Amino acid sequence: MNLPRLFNRKTFPHGIHPPQYKEETRDKPTRRLAFPDQVILPLLQNIGAPAIAMVRKGQMVERGELIAVAAPDKLSVPLHATVEGTIRDITLMSTAMGPKTRSIIIDTLPSSPQIPVSGKRQDYRQMSRAEIIAAIRDIGMVGLGGAEFPTYAKLATSLDYDIHTVIANGCECEPFITTDFRVMLENIKNLLLGMRIVMKAVAADKGIIAIEDNKLEVQAALQPHLPEDGSISVEVLQTKYPQGAEQMLIYALLGVAIPKGQLPATLGLEIINVATVAEIGALLPNSQGFIERTVTITGDDLEKPGNYRIPIGTSLQHILGETGFTGAEAELILGGPMMGQPVAFLDTPIHKGTGAVLVLDQRAAKNRDVYPCIKCAMCVEVCPIHLNPSTLGLLAYKHRYQEMQDQYHLNNCFECGSCSFVCPSNIPLVQLFRVAKAMNRERKVQ
Amino acid sequence: MAKHHPHPVVDLRTSPYIRRAPSVDQIMRNVVYALLPVCAFSVYLFGISALALMLVTTLSCLLSEQFFCWMAKKKSTLPDFSAVITGLLLALTLPPGFPLWMGAIAGIVGISLGKILFGGIGCNVFNPALVGRAFVQAAFPVAISTWTPTFAANRFSEFIPSTLALPFMTPAATAEWSKTVAIDGFTGATPLALMKFEGVMVRTSDLFFGTTAGSAGETSALLILLCGTYPVARNMMDWRLPASVILGTAICAEFFYLLDPASYPTPLFMILSGGLMLGAVFMASDMVASPVTPWGIVLYGLIIGLLTVLIRLFGGLTEGVMYAILFANAASPLLETFTQPKVFGGDK
Repeated sequence: MNLPRLFNRKTFPHGIHPPQYKEETRDKPTRRLAFPDQVILPLLQNIGAPAIAMVRKGQMVERGELIAVAAPDKLSVPLHATVEGTIRDITLMSTAMGPKTRSIIIDTLPSSPQIPVSGKRQDYRQMSRAEIIAAIRDIGMVGLGGAEFPTYAKLATSLDYDIHTVIANGCECEPFITTDFRVMLENIKNLLLGMRIVMKAVAADKGIIAIEDNKLEVQAALQPHLPEDGSISVEVLQTKYPQGAEQMLIYALLGVAIPKGQLPATLGLEIINVATVAEIGALLPNSQGFIERTVTITGDDLEKPGNYRIPIGTSLQHILGETGFTGAEAELILGGPMMGQPVAFLDTPIHKGTGAVLVLDQRAAKNRDVYPCIKCAMCVEVCPIHLNPSTLGLLAYKHRYQEMQDQYHLNNCFECGSCSFVCPSNIPLVQLFRVAKAMNRERKVQ
Repeated sequence: MAKHHPHPVVDLRTSPYIRRAPSVDQIMRNVVYALLPVCAFSVYLFGISALALMLVTTLSCLLSEQFFCWMAKKKSTLPDFSAVITGLLLALTLPPGFPLWMGAIAGIVGISLGKILFGGIGCNVFNPALVGRAFVQAAFPVAISTWTPTFAANRFSEFIPSTLALPFMTPAATAEWSKTVAIDGFTGATPLALMKFEGVMVRTSDLFFGTTAGSAGETSALLILLCGTYPVARNMMDWRLPASVILGTAICAEFFYLLDPASYPTPLFMILSGGLMLGAVFMASDMVASPVTPWGIVLYGLIIGLLTVLIRLFGGLTEGVMYAILFANAASPLLETFTQPKVFGGDK
């Protein structure tokens, strides 16, 4: 069944069309937010092992200075000071990722112009693949789409596979978020340079920048700058959630369905978020550390929603204060409304993978009744992985978690939340599946 | 939750935080809206008797459900509107002159045995309206096969004599009455009975526009189809269910028609006559008792169509939609087990 592809509007089967809510921020150019008085930098901001702190209390650090090195021989990336200032402490702090994490706290130097330090100049064309990958590790780069997987490790897998195409993922299918959109529009040179660097690192001769058709401005803006040999192209996909997921994106572009857990590299593909690519293009030539990123601040009760360059480690308190949050009771979410993480404390810092801070005031929505499943099959119709969320939900209510995994492919679910989104009975389907997965993991450990 | 707290309260939920879906009560309410024109047309054809029957069955369904909620000390489930659908559908499947007290019993049985016994909304194995109808079909075989003519002159001022029969009394014979009100020789037979027992074919256009004898609401195929498009357009009904029922009917009827065009009716007649359209559009499409898997849905519909034709042509009854749907309801969990969707990209 290849029906969606008959209509020359590339996409994947199933999925949902949530309201976009992007109008609030999409046309606002990125601006800089005032520097916070303090930043909190968790040593662990990536999948893998935490960095090892190289500074001590009371030490002065420059903006962009290396303050923690990657754990040797582990999946780990270094960390740089995101403001110029004094190390106040290295201690356990709460983060959005769950348990308290050892973090470096820096008090900002009030009079500092906050100009980042540069390292040695380097030209990727003179560098070997291994050198480029090492340089990307030294930047402290992780996947900025939210996964926070160390970029160097992702690119290093290409050494074992034959990669022909780099796909820069600019789908940004989550409602509300416009970070990647602004990054692509405003950093064309860095984006294309980053593409060339990544393509060289994995020895690919083709690059695709994949966007959805709600970002056609990007295509128009990029077109004049694309290399004439056609090595880098822009592909426009139909706007649909969750197209930014690797499996969906690959199907939308190439019509191939890869099983969960199998690397795109086996198909000769390297998929990387556009913001990551643009940051590599901006930082690698001067060997600078990754210290700030573009973040969409949006949602209810904000006076100044928009896209802002914010140093990593800035607290939500500061961000909400600067953007004029006027509400009293709201949910704070790091990321989009479909897959973002909830945050309980205002002193939680944004981390490397935070693409958006979303403020939602939905008191009414919380009180909706939950009905029994009426087997309307809407969840079955939208599940991008073609699972049967209806039956999975009924099993979850009965705590039959093992059966969910063995017979109904629970572990293939990547928790996009489409099933919960469409459920007329308001059953928290994906939430139940998370619980089920956790229970199965626990049982396996025991 | 609502306890006073000195600090700002931050409620934590996990993603997704937004939803865009009609709620269960909205879906059910809209199906009721879609049924209303069918009900109105039935009243137009059969008069106040049909109206009284609808009111009685709906009321008995609502009261039964309320009674059981009260018994179970649960919050009332009436606001979800599903009992209204059961009541209206039930009335639409009964003959217009069906004694009201029997209608009330059908409602009580439908809700109690067909729905509450299994656990209420979402849990019923069978379509509750059809459970109620199956019960009265077995209990009152005469009353349920006594048909009255459409467009009786006094239909808005006078009840059909059988309507007001006292409980446990033999209903007044309507044959005499039918003769007095019918315009031309009314035989009291539905198009399906005419086809089956007398080999007479009613014109398909009459079936299409619904001016033939039959159950209160199963007469105009066109109107039912039109009404069905409303919930389908609002994504509150799965179009594949009615479509596959009709397809199944057509395939099976076409097969027999090709075998012997002289003794078997055309597929079009099969599709337009009797309760098939009502069954396909409003009963087979009952979400709860139908499968959720894509191929399960199609198979389920085809089975209903196939069985309907087989029962009509070779069974003892003239009409087979009800038993076909009930059978398919029972088969639906089985259909689901071997039509589970194939995981995207295959399993690891």
